[in-house]
Amino acid sequence: MIETPTTTAGTAERPGASPRGVRFLWAWLRGNLFNTWYNGLLTVVLVAGMAVMVQPVVTWVFQQAHWAAVTTNIRLFVVGLYPDEYLWRPGILLSLIAGLFGGSASHGRGSMRFVALLLGVLFVLLVLLPVGRARLYVALAWLSLMGCFGLDRLFRLPYAVWNVGWFLSLPIVLAVLGGSRGVGLEPVATSQWGGLMLTILLAAVGILASFPLGLLLALGRRSTLPVIRVFSVVYIEVIRGVPLVSVLMMFTLLLPLFLPAGVLRPDMLWRVMVGLTAFSAAYVAENVRGGLQAIPRGQYEAATALGLSWAQSMRYIILPQALRAVIPALVGQFIALFKDTSLVTIIGLLELLGIAKSVIEQPAWKTIPGGVVFEVFVFTALVYFVFTYNMSLASRRLERTLGVGRR
Amino acid sequence: VVRTRQTSSSIPFYRNVRVLTVLAQIGFALAVLGLGWLLLSTMLGNLERQGIPISFAFLRQPAGFGISEGLPFDPSQSYLAAFGVGVVNTIRVAVAGIVLATLLGLGLGVARLSRNWLLARLATAYVEVFRNVPLLLWLVFAYAALRVSLPRLRQSLVLLGDTVLMSNRGVALPWPRASATFPAFVPWGIAAVILGLAIWVWLRRRSAAAAGRPAGFGRACLVALVVCVAGFVATGSAPIYWSVPRVSGFRYQGGVVLTPEFTALLLGLVIYTAAFIAEVVRAGMLAVPKGQQEAAQALGLSSAQTFRYVTFPQALRVIIPPLINQYLNLTKNSSLAIAVGYPDLFSVGLTINNQTGQAIPFVLMIMVVYLSMSLLTSAVLNLVNRRLALKS
Repeated sequence: MIETPTTTAGTAERPGASPRGVRFLWAWLRGNLFNTWYNGLLTVVLVAGMAVMVQPVVTWVFQQAHWAAVTTNIRLFVVGLYPDEYLWRPGILLSLIAGLFGGSASHGRGSMRFVALLLGVLFVLLVLLPVGRARLYVALAWLSLMGCFGLDRLFRLPYAVWNVGWFLSLPIVLAVLGGSRGVGLEPVATSQWGGLMLTILLAAVGILASFPLGLLLALGRRSTLPVIRVFSVVYIEVIRGVPLVSVLMMFTLLLPLFLPAGVLRPDMLWRVMVGLTAFSAAYVAENVRGGLQAIPRGQYEAATALGLSWAQSMRYIILPQALRAVIPALVGQFIALFKDTSLVTIIGLLELLGIAKSVIEQPAWKTIPGGVVFEVFVFTALVYFVFTYNMSLASRRLERTLGVGRR
Repeated sequence: VVRTRQTSSSIPFYRNVRVLTVLAQIGFALAVLGLGWLLLSTMLGNLERQGIPISFAFLRQPAGFGISEGLPFDPSQSYLAAFGVGVVNTIRVAVAGIVLATLLGLGLGVARLSRNWLLARLATAYVEVFRNVPLLLWLVFAYAALRVSLPRLRQSLVLLGDTVLMSNRGVALPWPRASATFPAFVPWGIAAVILGLAIWVWLRRRSAAAAGRPAGFGRACLVALVVCVAGFVATGSAPIYWSVPRVSGFRYQGGVVLTPEFTALLLGLVIYTAAFIAEVVRAGMLAVPKGQQEAAQALGLSSAQTFRYVTFPQALRVIIPPLINQYLNLTKNSSLAIAVGYPDLFSVGLTINNQTGQAIPFVLMIMVVYLSMSLLTSAVLNLVNRRLALKS
């Protein structure tokens, strides 16, 4: 008798999918939108509000908006004022980075594959868009991504290959973009670098260069030597206590003063990079400290009992565990830094937001009543969102694959 | 025993941990000081060559530039006074931003946990969109959008039954002003506050002695209110009236006017920080074990009572520390005011630097003000943490 209801339910499920679907929808609506009288009222008000909003938004997006302001300036948004004849350099570098992602994805676990997959999808979408010559480079990058992935699958290359590649990628990128007469590449002034390229570059430099510094500061803060500890604490707390824009301003104003006149004259981009690194290091240090504190005391004691020196116990026992636990927080830091690079606009560099502001001021759009403020900022916000949101998705996956907080 | 003593005394100094740690620290300190001295001497040499000796004496000189809003400021006043106006402007926008962002963030955080699927989704979408795009973009966007979409002064938008006016000159809101009878009312007001406090303290002490939860706040408020009403009657009219803005000539008359710069900065800071506060609130609510709610229901508490007496007080313990951190972030982020032309301390400081070339004093002054705000915040945070800590 008890068995019968379940079996009838089981048989009823197969033939009549649609009535069950309708009933399910009904139950879902009742359970999620109309579960109490005030929730029902709220739902009605929200739906009404959205309905009122939809029509003007759709009309604006498809009829009124002057998207030409974005499409004609897409080159500015991507690479800024980088000279036309050298555009192949960022194009090739994109393939290089895509290839590294492909190779690492073949070795890596879930999250790296996820990032590579997202990149692949992004490239395919970009190739479909009418973005002129850049499609060639995007297609090349997609091939490089797939090619390196396949190459690694086929020949089982050692992971060290890709690690070395990543390690060299940043200097290569900086050298190729900057150029040098010695190797036959015409120099391109850093003031001409811009757009999304500069945004990504600044964020990458900021996080990579600040990592070793932050690691040292974190170890210093947990050191038993008072002089080193006090130095680390003061550095970390001072930097974290002041806004980024003041740190950037400090480095752009003071860096030339602190260096011998005439010998070294770092241009704006380098000053900003140093400032971002100095700023980010304090935050990285606090993240790493969190990881160090999460290691149980027993691990330290066991390392000491094995007769390992401080350096050995850090190298082989503590840091491998601590850094693993800290990776998601570091990705979060990278996302924050990616957003924070927008502040270099205040210093006068033309990264993504700086380009957006300059596009709005173009005389071509001044005749339009109200200008192209909404078009340009909606597009720019979308670009930032696509990057940061996907990075945070990847970070959540990473947390799951690393099993942080579950061990 | 003799052997151990021998070995311990025969350890050479370069392998003695105690000696080594001291040496390492001395070496580190010397390296830092040496580098500092090198940088400092280079800097002093450079400054001497430029003919700008470091000195704070310039702060006494007349500023010679105007400040568009904030405390009344005349260009003939000193640089120091100008900087002070900037500091007050920072505090002004930070306080307003903190209040509004808390309200919006609290609402969004609760909405994300709502049992209404649509509301929860909308709140999630808000949080994801606003915290994944840089604050500076929201600020610049808000400022540009306000400037292009608001009408001229004469065609001001009129909202809320003629009380709120909006134009490209800013947003004019009604604001309470002291009336002619205000001075006569002041003693009544002071009496009301003192009496209310006294009754509150007395009732609290009595109820605490009698066990049970301390009460009496409502009754104390009632007494204070009665005294205030008596004051109204005695002085003849209300001591405060609403000053409603009107357009007169080329400016607003009455009320309080928020400039487009202030409005854009406030708007950007509030919508951005609210997204983070919503996450803080949500995390705090989720941190309360489900068993607590079930237990409250089993005791027969209504859902409102469960929230008021069980969930919220426990969530607050988790919420407050990161919330205060967000307040500090908002205050630091208000330095982006420079992007919309609002004269906060950073923007005024930069103007002073551009006029005088005194880069070092400028950086030091900015740092000192922000650092003292941070220190104050962390002091408050420690105090709150101590009060919130579970007493075992």
